[in-house]
Order: sequence, then C-alpha cells, then structure tokens
Amino acid sequence: MKKGTKRICSLVLLVLIALLLFWLEANKSGQGMLISILQKSAILAIVAVSMNLLNGFTGLFSLGQAGFMSIGAYITAILTIPVVNLDGVYYMNGVAPWVRALKEGMEAGPSWLQSVYPFLALIVGGLVAAGFAALIGIPVLRLKSDYLAIATLGFSEIIRAIFSSPQMDTITNGSYGLNKVPTFPKFFGLPSLFTPFIIAGVTIALMVLLINSSYGRAFKAIREDEVAAEAMGISLFRHKELSFVVSSFFTAISGGLLAMFMRSIEAKTFSIALTYDILLIVVIGGIGSVSGSVLSAFLVTASKEWWLRFFDQPLTIGGWQVPLFRTGFRMVIFSILLMAVVLFYRRGIMGNSEFSWDGVARLPGRIKGWFSRKRPAHEAAGGDGI
Amino acid sequence: MSLTTILQHCLTGISLGGAYALIAIGYTMVYGILRLINFAHGDIFMMAGYFMIFAMASFPWQVAIPLVIVGTIVMGVVIERVAYKPLRTAPRMSIMISAIGVSYLLQNLATYLFTAIPRGYPEIPFLKKIFHIGALSASLVTFLTPVLTILLVIFLMLLIKKTKVGMAMRAVSKDFETSQLMGIKINNIISATFVIGSALAAVGSILYFTDRMSVTPFSGTLPGLKCFVAAVFGGIGSIPGAVVGGFVIGIAETLLVAMGYSTFSDAFTFLLLIVMLLFRPTGLFGEKSTDKV
Amino acid sequence: MKRVLAIVLSAVMALTLLAGCGDNSTPAPAPAGDNAAPAADAAPAAGGDVIKIGVFEPQTGENGGGGLQEVYGIRYANQQFPTVKVGDKEYKIELVEADNKSDKTEAVTAAQSLISAGCSVILGSYGSGVSIAAGEIFSDAQVPAIGCSCTNPQVTLGNDFYYRVCFLDPFQGTVMANYAAQDGAKTAAVITQLGDDYSSGLGNFFKNAFVKLVGEDSIVAEEQFQTNQTDFKAILTNIKAANPDVIFAPSSIATAPLIIKQARELGITAKIMAGDTWENGSIIENAGADAEGVTLSTFFDEGDTSNAVATDFIKGFKEYLVANGQDEIIPAVSALGYDAYLAAVKAIETAGSTDPVAIRDALKGVEFEGVTGAISFDENGDANKDKAFIKVVENGQFKFLKTVSVGE
Repeated sequence: MKKGTKRICSLVLLVLIALLLFWLEANKSGQGMLISILQKSAILAIVAVSMNLLNGFTGLFSLGQAGFMSIGAYITAILTIPVVNLDGVYYMNGVAPWVRALKEGMEAGPSWLQSVYPFLALIVGGLVAAGFAALIGIPVLRLKSDYLAIATLGFSEIIRAIFSSPQMDTITNGSYGLNKVPTFPKFFGLPSLFTPFIIAGVTIALMVLLINSSYGRAFKAIREDEVAAEAMGISLFRHKELSFVVSSFFTAISGGLLAMFMRSIEAKTFSIALTYDILLIVVIGGIGSVSGSVLSAFLVTASKEWWLRFFDQPLTIGGWQVPLFRTGFRMVIFSILLMAVVLFYRRGIMGNSEFSWDGVARLPGRIKGWFSRKRPAHEAAGGDGI
Repeated sequence: MSLTTILQHCLTGISLGGAYALIAIGYTMVYGILRLINFAHGDIFMMAGYFMIFAMASFPWQVAIPLVIVGTIVMGVVIERVAYKPLRTAPRMSIMISAIGVSYLLQNLATYLFTAIPRGYPEIPFLKKIFHIGALSASLVTFLTPVLTILLVIFLMLLIKKTKVGMAMRAVSKDFETSQLMGIKINNIISATFVIGSALAAVGSILYFTDRMSVTPFSGTLPGLKCFVAAVFGGIGSIPGAVVGGFVIGIAETLLVAMGYSTFSDAFTFLLLIVMLLFRPTGLFGEKSTDKV
Repeated sequence: MKRVLAIVLSAVMALTLLAGCGDNSTPAPAPAGDNAAPAADAAPAAGGDVIKIGVFEPQTGENGGGGLQEVYGIRYANQQFPTVKVGDKEYKIELVEADNKSDKTEAVTAAQSLISAGCSVILGSYGSGVSIAAGEIFSDAQVPAIGCSCTNPQVTLGNDFYYRVCFLDPFQGTVMANYAAQDGAKTAAVITQLGDDYSSGLGNFFKNAFVKLVGEDSIVAEEQFQTNQTDFKAILTNIKAANPDVIFAPSSIATAPLIIKQARELGITAKIMAGDTWENGSIIENAGADAEGVTLSTFFDEGDTSNAVATDFIKGFKEYLVANGQDEIIPAVSALGYDAYLAAVKAIETAGSTDPVAIRDALKGVEFEGVTGAISFDENGDANKDKAFIKVVENGQFKFLKTVSVGE
C-alpha cells in the first residue's frame, strides 16, 4: 500500500472516531451506557499501554499499577473537589487547613486558569507518581523478575495503606474515600465527553514515540538479554529507571481520569484486583503490542461491562432454564479465557506486532487462506506501526 | 498495657504465625524447585476452607479432615499439571502470569459457586473448647496451632533429610537439569512438592479458619501474599526460614493491630519484605546463589 | 492469523456500536438484571406502558445478606402493587435490579447501569457508604432515589434527589446511648469499622451521646478494624484490659458473630450492643449461645399490632418468605424496602408523570401510613420518624424490649 493511501486511511479513521464522538455528544441521554464504557476503556487503555511499556517492552514485570493509579486519583480528586463541597466530603474528620487554604487560593485564580486546573491536577498527580517511582526504582529495579513483581506489588499495597490510614484522615479522608469529584473538564471548548479520549490519544502517542525512539530500542534490548544489552553499552539502571518513571507517570494520569470518571474513590478501589484486571487486558492484547493493548482495553471492558452481562442473568431457552447462568459466571468465563490465552495462545490478539494498514489490506487474502486451511506465507511479518 | 494483655496478644500472634508458617512452607518449597511464586497458593488455602464447610456438612470431623486434605492435594496437583507444566520451558513471566491467572480463576470460581457472602466455618467442638491459664483465655485451637506446626515441620525436615524423595527434592532445587540427567523424574518430584505444600495448606486452613470462623472467596489473597513474604524473609527454599518468617509476621501483625495501627498491619509485611530484599536478598537462612550467564 | 482475528473482533465491536446507535428507541441493553418478575417479562402489559423502578442493593459482598432481605421486601411490594396509575393510564411497574456488591466502586457502575436502563426512581441501598458514593450519579442524572435503611446523615445531606424512609444515625446513636445509661452502664467501649460510613458514623454518635449522659471518661476504649478482617482478638484483648460495662459495635451482619464469639472466647462478659444491621437471624445462628443478651435498635417489630398496614404486611410477607425458602422472621429492612416502594408508587401517582424530576417534586409532599409507621419527608429528604425499637436476643430469638422516642 502506498504511503499516501495509508495516510488517507488513518485520516478517515480519525474522522470516523470524531464523528462517533459528536454523535454520542448529541445523544448523551440515550447512550449513557455506551459512553461510560467507551470512557472507561480509554482510561484503561492508557494504563494498559503504560504497563505494556514496562512489562512488554522493557521486560520488567511490575505489579504496582494500582498503587500509582491511586496516587494520581487521590491527587486529582483532592485538587479538584470544589471548596463548597469540602465540608461534606470530609464530614467525618474535617479537612486539613492547608488543603483548604490551597484550594481557596486556587479558586481565587483567574477564570482561564481555573479551566486548566483539572489538567494541571492530572499532571501534578503524574509528576508525584513519577517522583515516587524514581525514588523506589533505585532499590527495587535491581531485583530480578519475580522479586521485582512482589516488591512493586508490596509498594502498591503500602501506598494504599498510607492513603487509607487514619493519620491521613484530614487529607485523603482516610478509608472513607473521597466523593463529589467533578467530572471530566472541557477540553479547550470541546465537550467534556471528548476529554478522556483526547488525553488517552495524546498520552498513548507519547508512549509510542518513546518506544520508537532510541530509548525504546534500548528497552527492547534489555528485555531480550540484560547481559548482552549491558555489554553493548546500554546503561541498565538508567533505562530501567526511565521506563519505570515514564510508565508510572502515565499510570497516574489514568488514575486521575478514573477518579473523574467514577466521581468517588476510596483506597479499596486500588487493590491488587485492579492490577490483575489491567494485566488481563495486557495479556489478552499481546505483551509487547501497543495497539493490542488499546484494542484489548476496549474489547475486554465492553465484554465485561456490557456484552457478557447476560452470563450473569438466568437464561431460559424454550422453557428450559440453562443451569450455569447466574451471578459470577461472567467472571469465571473471563478467568478461563485468560488461562486459555496464557496456555495456548500466548501471543494474545496482536502478539508483539502492531496495527498497520498493510495488515488490514492483507486481511481478505488471509481470511481466504484461513478458510482453505493454508497459512499465508507472511504470517510472521511485523507491521510498521500506526 | 499490662503483662496479661501483652501475653494474650503474643498468644494470638503465635497462633496466627503458626498458620502462616504452614502456608509459607508451600511457597518456599515450590519456589525452591520451580523458581515460581505460586500466586494461587493462597487461593488453594481458601478453597480448602470451603471444602471443609462442605465436608463437615455431611461427615463427622474425623472423616472430614482427611477428606479435606486429600481434596486440597488433588487440587494442588491438578493445578500444577494443567497450568504450570505446559509452561516449563516458557519465559518466567508467562508462568507467573499463569499463576496469577489460576488465582484469579479460583477466586471467581469460588464467588460463582459459593457467592461472595461470607460463609460460617464449621466448628470442631473440641478445638473450640475454651481454656483459661491464669488471666489468659483462649480456645484449644489457639494453643494447638503452634504445637502442631512445629511437629509437622520436624516431620517434614526428617522427610527431606532422610528419604529418597527428600534427597531428590534437594537435588532438583540445587540444579534442575543436572538432577534430570541423574535420572530423577522431575515431574514426579514437582508433584510431590505440590502434594506436601497443599496438604500443609489444608491443615493451615483448618487451624486458621477454625479460629476466624468465616470464609470468603477473597480470604486467601492477603494471607497468601503475607506467607510469601514470610518465605522470602526466612530465605526462600529454607523450611526453618519459612517457619521463623511465619511466626515473625504473625506476631508483628497482631501487635500492630493491638497498638491501633491496623491499617498498617498489611503494609508492614511488605515493608519487611522490601527491607529484607535490599539488605539481605537471600533471607535469614537462605543460601547464596550466583547468576550464571 | 492472529491479526485477522484481531481485525475481525474489532470489526465486530464497531458493528455492535453502530447497531447500538442505529436504534435509538430501545435503551442500551440493560445490564441490570430483572429477576423479579420473569413471568411478566416475557409479555409486557398489553398497553405496553411500563415504568421502571431501579433496585440498587448489594446482593453479594459483605452486606449481601442484608441487601437481599431488603430486595425481598421490594419484590413483595411489587407483587402486591404491580401497576401504578399515571394520569389516566395504568402503567406496569418493572423492577430493574442492580447489584452494587457492597463496594463503593461497583456502586458507581451499578448506579450508572440503572440510570441508563431508564429507571424513573431508584430504591436503596442497604449500607450507607454505597449510597453516598452513588448519590452523585443519581443527582447528576436527576433521578430521585429513596433509601430504605441507609441511616448515615450524609446520604441525603446536600443531595436534592436522595430521600429515605428510615431514621438517622444521630437518633439511633442517642437511643442506644440512652438505653445503655439507663441500664446502669458507667463505661463503654466502641468498635467501628474503618472506611464504613455507617459503622464509624453511628459509633461516633453513640460516643458523643454517651459522654454527654455519663461523663467525660466514660468511653474507655475505641477500637477500629478493617473491612474483611476476621480476627478481632487483638482489639478485643485491648477492650478486655479496659474492662467496659458495655461494648457498642455497629458493624455488618458478617462481622457480628465473629465479634460476639471471639469476645466471649477471650472471657469478655460486657454487654454487647449494636445498631439496626444486627437484627438478622444468621447472627444468632452463627454465634449460637454466645449471642444471648446482645441488644440492638431497629426500625420495626412484628409484634406491634397497632398498625393495620403492618398487620397485613406481616401476614402476606411471611407467606412470601416461606415460598422463597427463607426463615419466617421478618427483617426490619424488608419492611423498609416495602415502605420505600410504596413511597415511590405514591410519588408517581401524585406526580402523574413518569418524569424523574416530577416524581422527585412529588416526593416532597408524600404522606402515607407505611409498615414502619407514618411516613413523610422533611426538607432534607429524611423521613420524619421518632421511634426506634430496642430488641434483645433471648433463647435464640430477637425479643422486643421497648420502643424509644426522641426526647425520652
């Protein structure tokens, strides 16, 4: 396919997405479910890609995502809750005077500044998480695979415990969590519905740029063979730290968006289960594929929250009650799916290749080949990025 | 805090630590041989709790306990055969994801089969008999747990030091490939490891839940992680290490809760892990190993 | 081949999205289940006029047991009053149930699913924390919600769309503190659950009232535990050392028997008291003989025969419970679920419209005789209730002790 054609295809795709968003904006009331699923998917796509950056591209098996998300979520929530609602939110223990003073100061700012605050809050959350990651990265990144996993998981639990501790009552509202978090802000005049998608697009594009840069190639070298990479003159620690910090930054941004999406957060939201859910998305999408993670974020979220809900309902076909269908069956199906992918289909949806228009163009031929049970010769050919 | 109160706390802590120690042995043995954190171990422990509920519903405890132990062993071995064995040559990350997947599956399966509403744990009457020693007061199971733990560990140590299977286990954990070349049937040894680990998890589960009286699909997650930490703390691969680790974590946790820091009781465990990894990565009793290129 | 699969899957996704878009008249497939009326489900009423009432309750998780009892009350009410007159038209009432899993995070999703299913009014939830978490969603969508047994003041405070049919925790805490003081207690210990608005809130109100009644140093121990904690020995040992006359431990049904049994195991003899959640047969069942003497306050007593609505309800609901394989004891939360449903129906009738905002406006003026007494709402949306029932466990039964009103 020619470069020009590809460009046109990508443009058409973008226009289609924009049209879909405008259409959703116009039909907000009727499509609440669809909108919330798409938004949640976009948010999870960010964290899935940043987990992939770490696990898939740098080969660092980290399970600390939930912790970094909670940093982003809490900071965003604290910074954006309106001053009038403070007493209602912190009704149990009161709010720390300096938090109130800071927020009053923020609300006194000029109005153009105020419309930027939510975005600033997201970035501040990201920066704090990145700083924290840089700090714990120094000792933790020396550890080998499974020790690293359990240590990052441990840090995530420690962060959660700190946020929910009674000692933090006046700042994070302890274990009661924060509510009355304002929803997504308007993005430069565009409706607030667009915001999570635009932020997701920008952050993922930034990560793709990083992956395709020389740093990205160094990450992949470390993933393949640490000793060889070091012998080639790649500073292991510097690159691991970079990958860890960048990944944490974007994870925290997605955490902040999650707080805006859910409108109320508590420390329990960010437990190990959340990390596992993200891992599920990454594994199904293909470890080492950005487009796989994005695709899988949308597919998994939509199936989980919507399409497969019927598994949880009693189902009757022609008067016969299908026995297995009741609450919880959906999640069993999901876990079996995850196991099947891990055991038999380790590549996931995309393996470690990326989406490309060439791939789409070859599709008809492949489907034909699929039906005639012959594998196309260029099966293993990698794509060339979005 | 008066002396009695402190003693009572220690008693609670030692009892909890005993149960932790039994679970930690399962982690340490599997890690020693497969180099795998068996994330599903905590959930095997939880499932053993549910097995007990159903076994006790139709049998007296004398029959129910062996049944539960056998059931748990079968589950542990089946999990190894289905989820871990096919991935023996795969990258480390894959097999870890598989372990996480099994844990996810067991939790969701338990939620589906038994609902997420906590289930009352059946009582074995003689275990719940209340004893008073001076001002201390506790049920028999509280006293029994540490004693039984020590006995089981001594038995296990003998098994590993004196029997052929034990020797084979030690060989496999030292060098996987060489022991294979020496004619050790790796798969059988790995299964034996899972048999021992699961059996101890079942015993641990009976002691733990009898004392706590309710089981939910998620009651295995945190004890599981804590016991892994206990195993690392004591030095992974070392059985006495796991036992010491279990007791240390059990007592520390109880004392932290008693002092009013219950939010930090879980976090402390992980802090302990990280400090240990930084200053003595091989744990208290672990052997030094060097990475070969 | 894998990429083919990927592309096919994404195509399917795109198509489904479009399919969902194309047909505006049908709302997005309701993710919320409707187990309530399977028979009626198959064939909608001939006129096809249906008004949806959302049931926002935990059916799993830590409060699953209590939530389910509330749902039974609502389902029974729906069975008794399956239709409502809106203007001149007869509308069939369809219950849309969503499980909030006793979890604040799930609560938000469940609430959104009820909104997108097109519910005109929402009932629930058991547990104040989830109600507070979802309150914002309801008020944003401008759909009124009627709480059944969520007693925390924050549920309705500052939320124009939340109403409730039960009394509030400050009242309940005062009632229990009064009772404890009258009973001769000089010292009390309070156990609360961290992160649970109901438990901490009620514990606080009890503490304040008790201090006011008995004196400054009357609270000798304050202990907290975490959600899903099952080992209370450490905190109970501290309480034992403080040696209080009563222990006030408002908490969930699941934790209750654990606290009771472990307290007795450690040799604590103090009287154990709690709030409305503890009126549940499973506590007596699980705690056995140790539950004797446990005292609690609740919304309703089935022995109270002064109320005609209640008499009818007790008779009919007992049969309903038996038909559903439940114990024949009527939980107070079921009665509240029934009352909340009645309030919703009354408001729909008064409003003469299915529009949620109109129903909300009508709720302000609703007044009727419910199972748990006369119900009307104050400016906050709270029920004007001034009576609590105190019960004690005796011989494996909840025995009615006395009623307490404000000012007593």
